[in-house]
Amino acid sequence: MDKKTLTLNGKTVEFQAGQTILEVARSYEVFIPALCYLDGCTATGACRICVVEVKGARSLIASCSTPAENGMDICTDSDRVRKSRRLTIELLLASGEHNCITCEKSGDCMLQNLAYSYGVDAIRFPVAPQPHPTEMMNPFIIRDFSRCILCGRCVQACQEVQVNRAISYGYRGPTAKIIAGCDKTYDESDCVFCGQCVQVCPVGALVEKKARFKGRAKDLDLVRTTCPYCGVGCQLWLHVKDGTIVKVTGVEDAQPNKGRLCVKGRFGYDFIYSEERNKTPLIREDGVLREASWDEALGLVANKFRETIEKHGPDSVAGVSCARSLNEDSYQMQKLFRAVFKTNNIDHCART
Amino acid sequence: MTNSFGEFSKARMFFVIGSNMTEAHPVAATFLKNAVMNGAKLILVDPRRQPLADFADIHVQIKVGSDIAFLNGVMNVLINEDLYDKKFVENCTEGFEELKLKVMDYPPEKAAEIAGVSADVIRDVARTMAETRPSMLCYTLGITEHTCGKNNVMSTANLQMLLGNMGVECGGVNPLRGQNNVQGACDMAALPNVFPGYQKVDNPDARAKFEKAWGVENLPAKPGLMIPQMMEGLVDGKVKAFWIFGENLANSEPDIAKVEHELASAEFLVCQDIFPTETTRFADVIFPSAGWSEDDGTFTNSERRISRVRKVSEPPGDARPNWWIFKEIARRFGHDWKSNSAQEIWDNEVSVLAPSMAGVKYARIEADGLQWPVPDDAHPGTCFLHREGKFTCGLGKFNAVDWTPPAEVPDEEYPLVLSTGRRLYHYHTRTQTSRTGLDYLLPEETADMSAADADALGIHHGEMIMVKSRRGEVKVRANITHQVPPGMVWMAFHFRDACANWLTNPVFDPATLTAEYKACAVRVDKI
Repeated sequence: MDKKTLTLNGKTVEFQAGQTILEVARSYEVFIPALCYLDGCTATGACRICVVEVKGARSLIASCSTPAENGMDICTDSDRVRKSRRLTIELLLASGEHNCITCEKSGDCMLQNLAYSYGVDAIRFPVAPQPHPTEMMNPFIIRDFSRCILCGRCVQACQEVQVNRAISYGYRGPTAKIIAGCDKTYDESDCVFCGQCVQVCPVGALVEKKARFKGRAKDLDLVRTTCPYCGVGCQLWLHVKDGTIVKVTGVEDAQPNKGRLCVKGRFGYDFIYSEERNKTPLIREDGVLREASWDEALGLVANKFRETIEKHGPDSVAGVSCARSLNEDSYQMQKLFRAVFKTNNIDHCART
Repeated sequence: MTNSFGEFSKARMFFVIGSNMTEAHPVAATFLKNAVMNGAKLILVDPRRQPLADFADIHVQIKVGSDIAFLNGVMNVLINEDLYDKKFVENCTEGFEELKLKVMDYPPEKAAEIAGVSADVIRDVARTMAETRPSMLCYTLGITEHTCGKNNVMSTANLQMLLGNMGVECGGVNPLRGQNNVQGACDMAALPNVFPGYQKVDNPDARAKFEKAWGVENLPAKPGLMIPQMMEGLVDGKVKAFWIFGENLANSEPDIAKVEHELASAEFLVCQDIFPTETTRFADVIFPSAGWSEDDGTFTNSERRISRVRKVSEPPGDARPNWWIFKEIARRFGHDWKSNSAQEIWDNEVSVLAPSMAGVKYARIEADGLQWPVPDDAHPGTCFLHREGKFTCGLGKFNAVDWTPPAEVPDEEYPLVLSTGRRLYHYHTRTQTSRTGLDYLLPEETADMSAADADALGIHHGEMIMVKSRRGEVKVRANITHQVPPGMVWMAFHFRDACANWLTNPVFDPATLTAEYKACAVRVDKI
């Protein structure tokens, strides 16, 4: 097959049939801003930020949804392109209450970054009235429609990534809204709170309620780890402030979950901070548990196991390890039972 | 899993049996749904109209516990209509003649009668599977939690070998493991019959190897007890001192009344946990543990991927890492264990002693983990097992098995089948999820039942009812749903008061001692 080539900002580059202009540009590390584009999903061309100029075309073209063609002459950053993007940014800023002062997304907001890099410091349009109140009802996800730019990434994440099919576009014109079911709250709809919509939201329209006012991107350290729930083993970013996890997101491009999480992985992390944690060794005395030092508790257990083994043989002791805990913990426990206690009476809930 | 989650989105066909993946392994299910949306076929075999049914080309709603009859029926059609993979069967397997003889006893009409489905659907499944290959067979506890669990597993392997779906990408037999590190706990040999890396304790060479590595003599050769035997040992006095690490047996084992009697019978019980639980109520000593994110280490997922777990904070109060607790007990027995961190334990002991993990070192799993077998430092890991039909033991062995019914089937007194499982918004006994706000999404247990059964009993959606079995009774809210077929009640074990395990039957697969959580007989009464 003939090689396909096009001109990208004056340079001739090769591409593969089926690639969009945006994909070709990104493969050559030419940055084209995009808001609605979500990797791996059907391009919607909704936001118009990714427009480029193609020689001979009547109008600017959305690069995310236009297939590259042989011989195209594309300019990704012409004056005309920049002017158009500035106008789009202005319109988006006027479409809602994009007040960054207490917005969770400030510093990590695609719209804020675009406005800054395109120097949009004055908005010529009145801010549109906001017909839809913020949904604060559930403990996990805040839906602030006044910050929503209707890019539809959340819809793509719900429909095409997670395939939960809970949210879609609703209404028309100035009352257009991302709706759950027939415009219900997340609670009342088919939403399963996987929170993928929050993860892909480019602005502060969808945010984690538990993380609110706990720290913005610049204040948070990222620690990669593995989810403590099911056997899929999703890779998580723990967003940590002063040693405390404030939110969890999926690690994009990681095996096995490629950025995806479920409700437990995303919102079920804070059990470790419960005040009900066991915090000190306890020993039962006269039927009641009392606090003890490690030395006393360890000594008591060692003595009891030693006495039992001496009196009744090694197989009179048995242990159950934990399928929730680390490999290294299970290794140590079976080593203790085998090498020290001299019994193979060690098991875990593999069979249940 | 013989294969990997990464293959889901490329697969052309799935055969999902006894796996409510959408709720129990939600992220895995997303990749399956992606594949289906892109044209892959899905055959779902499940008594309930669970969420994946909306995506299935064929949903076979078999009766609880009829899996083997159904699978033998499908294999009967594959053989009789000459639709199986003869080349694979000849070159890579043994025992075909016995399998053939056995499944000839299960013509579609007979299998259909046992499974409560039509003979045509059995033929349809067989033909569809023969038409599109390979297919990924996925199962979960719907297969294993039966008195015939081991035979169920072997039947799924029989089917995949007959179709030549083993040892290829997007094929295989894929049990989705329930807990985050149940695979790892097996690999690490928290099992009564093996050392780490599945080296058998009754093999003198393996014992000699571990005696040398651990600096000890006379490692025990006799396989130890499995959990149900340990529990019974507490009552009959064979087990005097019992150590439970991070398990809430008082809620998770079948027949809570029996389990609590067993725990109460322990002469000395040690519990090591992050929270007080229904089980720690019976403890003589409680060790407070470091929890997830309070220690470094590794988990191994269903697809054998060893991934890093990282520490972000110290455990609360005086809680300590679990490996440290075991090491300290060993020290009090005069054993000085050198490794002093999870990384030292892994890099200097586990990967040295377990050949299938020899090439896994912490330095190699900083980002994505590695899937064992990883025999050496240069090995990239193994996405799917039995490549080119080469099985670990040489030839893949067909195990011809007969269908057997559940130990307890409905009768006049207890006319309904109770089947149990997990729900999306909670995890097992809620030790963790009850402390995360998830109760908001699921605040209580329900007894899920069909409209037909509810109507017959005059029960309305949402009313409190009594579910009774020969073991116990629970008061619970009725949830009338199209997911459950007539004749069945479905419950989970997330909530103590209405825990399904007050009702479940403590009968076990004779080989694996897995309990029959998926089937017992109950009655439902209006209150």
